[in-house]
Amino acid sequence: MLVARDLLETRIEDLLSEYPFVGSFFDSQQLDLEGAGEMTLRAFLDKANTAIDDDDAQLSPEEVAVRLSEHIEQMLSFLEDDRERIRTLTLLPGTDKSGQPEGFERIDFHAGQTVCIVGPTGSGKSRLLADIEWVAQRDTPTRRAVWLNGEAPSRQWRFSPTHKLVAQLSQNMNFVMDLSVEEFLRMHAESRVVADPEPLIARIHEEANRLAGESFDKDTPITSLSGGQSRALMIADTAILSRSPIVLIDEIENAGIDRKKALELLVSEEKIVLMATHDPVRP
Amino acid sequence: MKLVTVCGPPSSGKTSVILKTVDALSGRGRKVGVVKFDCLSTEDDLLYEKAGIPVQKGLSGPLCPDHYFVSNVEEVVGWGKKNDFDLLISESAGLCNRCSPYIKDVMAICVIDNLSGVGTPKKIGPMLKLADIVVITKGDIVSQAEREVFASRVSLVNPAAMVLNVNGLTGQGAWELSTLLDEDDRAVETLIGRKLRFSMPAALCSYCLGETRIGETYQLGNVRKIQIEER
Ligand SMILES: Nc1ncnc2c1ncn2[C@@H]1O[C@H](COP(=O)(O)OP(=O)(O)OP(=O)(O)O)[C@@H](O)[C@H]1O
Ligand SMILES: Nc1nc2c(ncn2[C@@H]2O[C@H](COP(=O)(O)OP(=O)(O)O)[C@@H](O)[C@H]2O)c(=O)[nH]1
Ligand SMILES: [Mg+2]
Ligand SMILES: [Mg+2]
Repeated sequence: MLVARDLLETRIEDLLSEYPFVGSFFDSQQLDLEGAGEMTLRAFLDKANTAIDDDDAQLSPEEVAVRLSEHIEQMLSFLEDDRERIRTLTLLPGTDKSGQPEGFERIDFHAGQTVCIVGPTGSGKSRLLADIEWVAQRDTPTRRAVWLNGEAPSRQWRFSPTHKLVAQLSQNMNFVMDLSVEEFLRMHAESRVVADPEPLIARIHEEANRLAGESFDKDTPITSLSGGQSRALMIADTAILSRSPIVLIDEIENAGIDRKKALELLVSEEKIVLMATHDPVRP
Repeated sequence: MKLVTVCGPPSSGKTSVILKTVDALSGRGRKVGVVKFDCLSTEDDLLYEKAGIPVQKGLSGPLCPDHYFVSNVEEVVGWGKKNDFDLLISESAGLCNRCSPYIKDVMAICVIDNLSGVGTPKKIGPMLKLADIVVITKGDIVSQAEREVFASRVSLVNPAAMVLNVNGLTGQGAWELSTLLDEDDRAVETLIGRKLRFSMPAALCSYCLGETRIGETYQLGNVRKIQIEER
């Protein structure tokens, strides 16, 4: 466990060499580290606070250090790959819409599996997906519980921005960033602190072209990809670069991509794929 | 009574999220009121009324909306107590990115949306940095990768916050948010003597007092000048 007080007495250059990712934290706090290597964090923050005359608007060094320690803890657990491997997700029954106990004992979903969720409108498909996303612990309207790897999961799945259980793909999603395919993938890889992004970028591009009817090159702005190309890129990127172990897909039947190949790619990356659909694929 | 302050850039989804969240809370028998603070005009009060939620609105007109908020929040708390609310929610737009009308020991929620772009979290400042809960909306219309990058930028700015995705249209995630408001046990009797989490900008210059003419001779009081860089 990191102690904020100790961080304050650590020199900036030691912080950067022990936790190379903290540079972007300081940047986001509008703190410029240039020339600060030799200073302790406390000296640096004191100096930064006096340099800005709007000093009421600054966090105290102690407050910044607490935030920095939270950030480091988050990143460390993020980089620790294995504990994230979700091999099974278990749904334990609650009550149905009329309040009656549900008629199943448990449902297990396994990594590498695709499960279709079918049912008429209002039947509760979205609620089921929401129960999974929120890792329900008998505290949603359905009173269901969700277990991960056979046990009740930790609360961090709920609130951590970096440990999201579920990735989502749907037909309504569009790219909004003003970037090329390559820049876009690099940005995503950087946010995930991937050590060597280039091979991943190349692979995602290649897989996306395999799924899309017409191929596109890496310099294409993502916003000018066709519907099918966009969907293909989203799926390849989610399969390869998203850390979320579960992928929820809403209706991709008419998305202009090879649906079978798309599902194969997702399950080959050991995702649990849940698909709300009117047209279940058969194995 | 509990108080929650909800802030966020215009059109980020505050009203939508509040409406869905109150829906979930009322379902559990909670009595909730809303106060909307804005600058020039708002129609949010009509939306709350239509949903059967007791609402007050305060327009700051020519004044800074956040200063106006602090000057009036105690009166609003009085209204909430008189009406026996379990929870009073205040909605206000963060208009200048420098302010945050968050109060110490009062739950603070910042609502921002995925469409605002990945550069936005860094620009929002204290309103995001000091929030207890960050609600991210409009995830239904951007890609998974963009959602992930956006959320990671949010957590760089505020690593201490709980981050929640809520869809303002379908309400997905609002039920979950409502449980967090229920769990919070910091009741408010009065705000007198309480403090803001952050000071508001010092702005008392001739323009604050109605000056309209441009030029250095008309600039009195708290004035700050741009540094023109020679290249
Ligand atoms: N087991 C349950 N207990 C209580 N409420 C439920 C349950 N299942 C679903 N609901 C509620 O029923 C409503 C409709 O469910 P939901 O939106 O999940 O349907 P859907 O199958 O996704 O419909 P559509 O196909 O139109 O998207 C929601 O308000 C949901 O919270
Ligand atoms: N697609 C989508 N639209 C949303 C979402 N949340 C809000 N909106 C829309 O965004 C617009 C602004 O929302 P509003 O709640 O009024 O924002 P406010 O100004 O912050 O109160 C409205 O048209 C909403 O319907 C969301 O999660 N997804
Ligand atoms: Mg649905
Ligand atoms: Mg509003």
